[in-house]
Amino acid sequence: MSYVNKPVRKKDAMALVTGQPVYTDDLAPKDCLVVKVLRSPHAHAWIEEIRTENAMKVPGIACILTYEDVPQDRFTMAGQTYPEFSPYDRLILDRRMRFVGDAAAIVAGETEKAVDRALKIIKVKYKVLEPVLDFHKAKDNAVCIHPEDNWESRFPVGADNKRNLCAHAEEGDGDVEKILADCDCVVERTYHTKANQQAMMETFRSYTYMDHFGRLNIVSSTQVPFHVRRILGRALGIGASKVRVIKPRIGGGFGAKQTLVSEVYPAIVTVKTGKPAKMIFSRYESQICSSPRHEMELKVRIGADREGTIRAIDVYTLSNTGAFGEHGPTTVGLSGHKSIALYRNTEAYRFVYDVVYTNQMSAGAYRGYGATQGIFAVESAVNELAEKLHMDPVVLREKNMTKEGGRFIGYDGGTEVTSCALDRCMARAKEMFHWDEKFPRRVMENGKVRGVGVAMAMQGSSIAGVDVGGASVKLNEDGSYTLSLGATDMGTGCDTVLSQMAADTLMTDYDNIVVFGVDTDISPYDSGSYASATTYIAGKAVVKACESLKERIWDLGAGMLEVPREETDFDGSRVSRKDGSGAVSLEEIGIRGTFGNNDSLQVTENASSPISPPPFMVGMAEVEVDRETGSVEMIDYVAVVDCGTPINPNLARVQTEGGIAQGIGMALFEDIQYSERGQMLNNSLMQYKIPTRLDVGKIRVDFESSFEGSHPFGAKSIGEIVIDTPCPAIAAAVYNAAGVRVSEMPITPEKVAMGIAGIECENCKKDEF
Amino acid sequence: MEIKFILNGKKMQVDAAPDLLLLDLLREKGCYSVKRGCETANCGLCTVLMDKKPVLSCSMLAVRADGHEIVTLEGMQREAEEFGSFLADQGAEQCGFCNPGFIMNVFAMLEEMKEPTEEEIGEYLAGNLCRCSGFMGQTRSILAFLKYKKEQREGGSDR
Repeated sequence: MSYVNKPVRKKDAMALVTGQPVYTDDLAPKDCLVVKVLRSPHAHAWIEEIRTENAMKVPGIACILTYEDVPQDRFTMAGQTYPEFSPYDRLILDRRMRFVGDAAAIVAGETEKAVDRALKIIKVKYKVLEPVLDFHKAKDNAVCIHPEDNWESRFPVGADNKRNLCAHAEEGDGDVEKILADCDCVVERTYHTKANQQAMMETFRSYTYMDHFGRLNIVSSTQVPFHVRRILGRALGIGASKVRVIKPRIGGGFGAKQTLVSEVYPAIVTVKTGKPAKMIFSRYESQICSSPRHEMELKVRIGADREGTIRAIDVYTLSNTGAFGEHGPTTVGLSGHKSIALYRNTEAYRFVYDVVYTNQMSAGAYRGYGATQGIFAVESAVNELAEKLHMDPVVLREKNMTKEGGRFIGYDGGTEVTSCALDRCMARAKEMFHWDEKFPRRVMENGKVRGVGVAMAMQGSSIAGVDVGGASVKLNEDGSYTLSLGATDMGTGCDTVLSQMAADTLMTDYDNIVVFGVDTDISPYDSGSYASATTYIAGKAVVKACESLKERIWDLGAGMLEVPREETDFDGSRVSRKDGSGAVSLEEIGIRGTFGNNDSLQVTENASSPISPPPFMVGMAEVEVDRETGSVEMIDYVAVVDCGTPINPNLARVQTEGGIAQGIGMALFEDIQYSERGQMLNNSLMQYKIPTRLDVGKIRVDFESSFEGSHPFGAKSIGEIVIDTPCPAIAAAVYNAAGVRVSEMPITPEKVAMGIAGIECENCKKDEF
Repeated sequence: MEIKFILNGKKMQVDAAPDLLLLDLLREKGCYSVKRGCETANCGLCTVLMDKKPVLSCSMLAVRADGHEIVTLEGMQREAEEFGSFLADQGAEQCGFCNPGFIMNVFAMLEEMKEPTEEEIGEYLAGNLCRCSGFMGQTRSILAFLKYKKEQREGGSDR
């Protein structure tokens, strides 16, 4: 029996569908102190005085902390491998307020009511400073957001806090200007994406308590338990050995929980008071002070000859990291690396970027991690290029797309294209979608127009040379296995997928694998579930550990049979003499492991990879535009994905559908708007509209799999790539329907209607071809 | 204020503060399946049944439950397992956080309609957000469940 590439049920499915109490807030002790944060009403301010005496008198208040009560070593909340690329620019509480919502004080009390009352009574005297709210004007602005002397960038990412610069770099190959000047057709455009919220259904939350060894225990809805331990050890000044992190079930992550958004607040309360404490972010807080996508503006220049060979790509990205630098230096890289590398004929490319601080909410990691922004820009420019060349955008891509066996241009996760079925993805998508019949538009009987658009995408599978997957597997005395993981299942099913790989490697039943994760005291080290790493890199660790344990079981079994190992076979359930004269079962071997035994039947392995083999995909969108109101309705979305071998086709399909829906949200609905004084306005799910089931149309998914040779089952990632195509594909579809190119996400009816009103004549002309 | 209501078949008598929300009361009483996804009645995660009709427990004062019958997923475990297995067979439960509210509303829908069409399903459940699944798998699971139920009614299925 093989389980890989089979749609088995998730290990935790029945607990989840029956509503068992398995999430952070369900598990928190009832007598936890309730922790809340007093938040700055100003985008940029200096706390001159903060008075807490009266608030402390509220019955039930256990502690109130201000900037005077916290360690003074700066740190980053970015859940990244040490030394982090993100600058050390945070204190738990700072005197300088850097955005509306920044933490001014921490209040802990026995009841929520007491805490709410105390929050109102704290008196803060702010000296209001001029904020930097326009990210175009942030670099070298007279207003410095991080003037402090102990600001530190531990990695050479081109950062300079005195210039409001979180990162800067220039990369490239060949003479872009020369090639562009020589091109028959050049498109030059600027694209803008907003600081979208992951909006996972479970907001940020953690609870903390001291254990019998005097260590701080943190139960948190996090994607990065091991990074939480290390970072909090530093932030609290107690050292990582004094911290234990436990991850229960997580109600969605999407990268949001790759940053320590909530952990530090209950943690410091427990350290100060010795009492258990919990912090549950409201949706309001999750919207205004969390870890959303980096707002980016990309200037793209792309040139081709008249036959449609793309010869040069030039990308400049300006990224807004907000008040703090979490994931700032790294997300921006993907905006170029994962977009430029989609094309194989490029003779020259250039990729330049600036990441700037502003007085807005700090950004973080969101599914796609910069690739989403970059792919929107480059794929939109390619769509426009196709139109200029009078070519079908599918044909233009077929001519230029990256191919297996070729070399990547401008990709940082490897030079050779080890596995790629992008051509088959395009062919299959075209067929499923009936592209040739629908491109570019159809006028419907009711006067509405249906337009179609296409885009390609790639992502990575783990961070090359950095990410570490970990797995520990042991044989129990009943012949079952326990698979211990450091990777964090956040609902997408890595506990299940990794168990499937373990079952196949150990030649045992899927139900014979007990899976456990994550507790930093007992789980093997793993960098965590992000960067599309788990199936690929933790999968490699699982197989390595299982292979190694298999050898030990076999050795022990042969010893029990008192013959050399070469004279035995192991089929996963028993070790038997080749001559058929005897056998021992897995259970017997397991029991043998528990007495008079010197060889552990437990193996722990790590895995890392020098390459990050990209998954690829094609997305095709059909929208219906009402040309009178500008409203855009999703009709159909076809996604064909090459994620290598889908380990669990059901979970891969649902991830794809989910990513497409999230991408549709980004493309059509999810807006981020700030008031003039820097208050974020889309601060609830009422103002920040994520798609409902009526907003996404039909999403159809298929797979065209390559086989990635560097993974034991040929698998690559799928978690992030699936959000990358909707923005450019939908923008192109809207253009083909309405003649309006919207280069700033989201494509609201207002933008479309204004566009139609403004370009009516020009548009009539455009309709001619 | 003293209120009396029936929670999952059991008589309850509680002293509820005037500003206590039904959601918080239910969690206090151990119904941890009831989740809060927003505070603005947008997500549907806190859906429970009051007298067999779906209500958003985040937007209802606990005292309004006085004299009524409240059912949460804790009170429908057998049904949850039955329908939930269809969700699980699609892999559409994902993180699971929205599942209880979604499933309660599915039960409310089936109370009103025996064989809803795909369009009716979409409209009835439009208030139940899910950020993981993209909704397609949820719809597939409902359709498969309806088919199973129909076959069961007609005496065909041995699932």
